[in-house]
Amino acid sequence: MTTKQFMFVNRKAPYGTIYAWESLEVVLIAAAFEQDVSMAFLDDGVYQLKKGHQTKGIEVKAFEKTFGALEDYDVTKIYVDQESLTERGLTTDDLALPVEVFSRAELGKLMEEQDVVLSF
Amino acid sequence: MLHIINKSPYDRPAFYSALKTGEGAILLIEDGVYAAAKGGVAEAKLKAATDKFKFYALTADLEARGIADRVVDGVTLVNYAGFVDLVAEYKTNQSWL
Amino acid sequence: MKFAILVNEGPYTHQASDTAFNFAKAVLAQGHEIFRVFFYHDGVNNATRLTTPPQDDRNIVDRWSKLAKTSELDMVVCVAAAQRRGIVDDGEMKRNGKDATNLAPGFRISGLGQLVEAGIQADRLVVFGD
Repeated sequence: MTTKQFMFVNRKAPYGTIYAWESLEVVLIAAAFEQDVSMAFLDDGVYQLKKGHQTKGIEVKAFEKTFGALEDYDVTKIYVDQESLTERGLTTDDLALPVEVFSRAELGKLMEEQDVVLSF
Repeated sequence: MLHIINKSPYDRPAFYSALKTGEGAILLIEDGVYAAAKGGVAEAKLKAATDKFKFYALTADLEARGIADRVVDGVTLVNYAGFVDLVAEYKTNQSWL
Repeated sequence: MKFAILVNEGPYTHQASDTAFNFAKAVLAQGHEIFRVFFYHDGVNNATRLTTPPQDDRNIVDRWSKLAKTSELDMVVCVAAAQRRGIVDDGEMKRNGKDATNLAPGFRISGLGQLVEAGIQADRLVVFGD
């Protein structure tokens, strides 16, 4: 099968809408299709990666467990926008996953190299 | 690459967020076309970026919103066929939803 | 050139489905091919045949169905998103013990793999949403 570069751009916060969760489902399928998958988190998307989600009170599944499964699917290219973290008072220590931090311009270059960019 | 923006810059940061990626083309559609209207705060931001980005806006969406007669200079108007051509022209496109 | 289209919002609330439809028509008019239109998130609501808009309004669902017929479009509704939102065909009705179906003509329900495949097979994939 042809392998293409798929980037999933996550710009939305978790839980307030379902986009982030359903996006994650596509990421896992793309990885199962053995595509070259990366995930980029910018703007409110960085909140998806925040450690310590306790979602019992709102009765929805938490992200952390599924994020943990990404490595099993060989999804290791997790890119985060530095400016979005800083704007929100976050550092990589606050995140649930090991990530690579880039400037917005560097992320722009990475986006440009992709075959398919999916945003939800 | 081609960035497709469908959000008003007065509501959500998609337009400004895309501008920060560096360079390329930006197509304004749906509520995104408000970024191309003269006289607003977004005008200066758009004009400051014309050396790095080519700007396009979808005519039908400008007309629907009553702002087709006040488009910032330097923004090229396209119809749906022009939208298709832009997508074909650039290898990569991203919708800033 | 081969295009694929992803629609992430339902009809009427957001303009996404209208824009995607106009874009699809323009793609075909330019002599390009549409490999697939994939409906995800609330976009699956574009596929309910029970939609009844006022007579002086566009019928977004019928419009997609007609375009699928005249242009032999492959229009796929994500099964997981459809199950969450109650978009049902015969197979889903039987499998999940429901008492009705509502999938409009020209749409079919299938897995997310169809979206990834569209990304692989098409030269361009364009996302419409909110």
